Amino acid sequence: MIWNSPADFFAMGGYAFYVWGSFGACALAMIVEPWLATHRRTTILNSLSKLNQDNNE
Amino acid sequence: MNNRLINWFRYASPQSFYPLAGRMIPWFWAFTAVFGLIGLWISFFAAPTDATQGEGYRIIFVHVPTSWMSMFIYLIMAFWAGLGLALNARLSGMMAQALAPTGALMAFLSLLTGALWGKPMWGAWWVWDARLTSELILFFLYIGFIALQAAIDDPRRADKAGAILALVGVVNIPIIYFSVKWWNTLHQGASVSLTKAPAMAQTMLWGMLIMALFFWMYTIAVALTRVRAIILERESHTEWVKEEVRL
Repeated sequence: MIWNSPADFFAMGGYAFYVWGSFGACALAMIVEPWLATHRRTTILNSLSKLNQDNNE
Repeated sequence: MNNRLINWFRYASPQSFYPLAGRMIPWFWAFTAVFGLIGLWISFFAAPTDATQGEGYRIIFVHVPTSWMSMFIYLIMAFWAGLGLALNARLSGMMAQALAPTGALMAFLSLLTGALWGKPMWGAWWVWDARLTSELILFFLYIGFIALQAAIDDPRRADKAGAILALVGVVNIPIIYFSVKWWNTLHQGASVSLTKAPAMAQTMLWGMLIMALFFWMYTIAVALTRVRAIILERESHTEWVKEEVRL
């Protein structure tokens, strides 16, 4: 597939909203979900290390 | 007995699986990036314009892989849940719990990209068609599994209750898969089947398969990340976690 211009590429033959909407939703989900999973681990690590410190005091 | 068995079961304990998962995660992110770049390049540059659907068909490169993943993840989740129920292994329940949100997300993305594809091609965002309805039920099964487990305080009891739900729900997977054969539906038939040659251009097929690999690698990477958090949450009373936190 050879696109004539960047504008042509973004227009997706008139299906821009549907095509970019689909890919965009997937991209957004795949950024947010790993962030949430990482955040969940940092949260538990932080609360456990705080608990540890309190016990040592 | 013998050494091979011992090695095999070693990683069934959360304590030894935790560092192993940590070492595997960067590799799966690397594979995700590689397959993602190749897959997107095929999706937008290598694959030709479709004769009937123009550029709109390119949604296939995310719609089909997310739909496949929503079904695969359910089967793997039910497998771990069932194994946990049968062997009473802690890690199995944690794996099932780690997979559920990703599965729900894939089912949601499958429905959303399907709606975005259905509107321009069928003229409707949604129809109560067998394929669409059974996929919606799959999404609700994931939500039900997550909600049920969240409602039970004791994690081991939550695992057992969730496992029953997950195993009963497996019956929906063949219903989704064969829905386009069993009923007259608006949804098109299977794009790729094991029994006959695919009815699509080679490049399109490759694009779909590589995008599917991309979603696979992503799923493994994110599920391993989540299972590590779950291990810490549920094993927080153990000595090794206290040791891990001190590091």
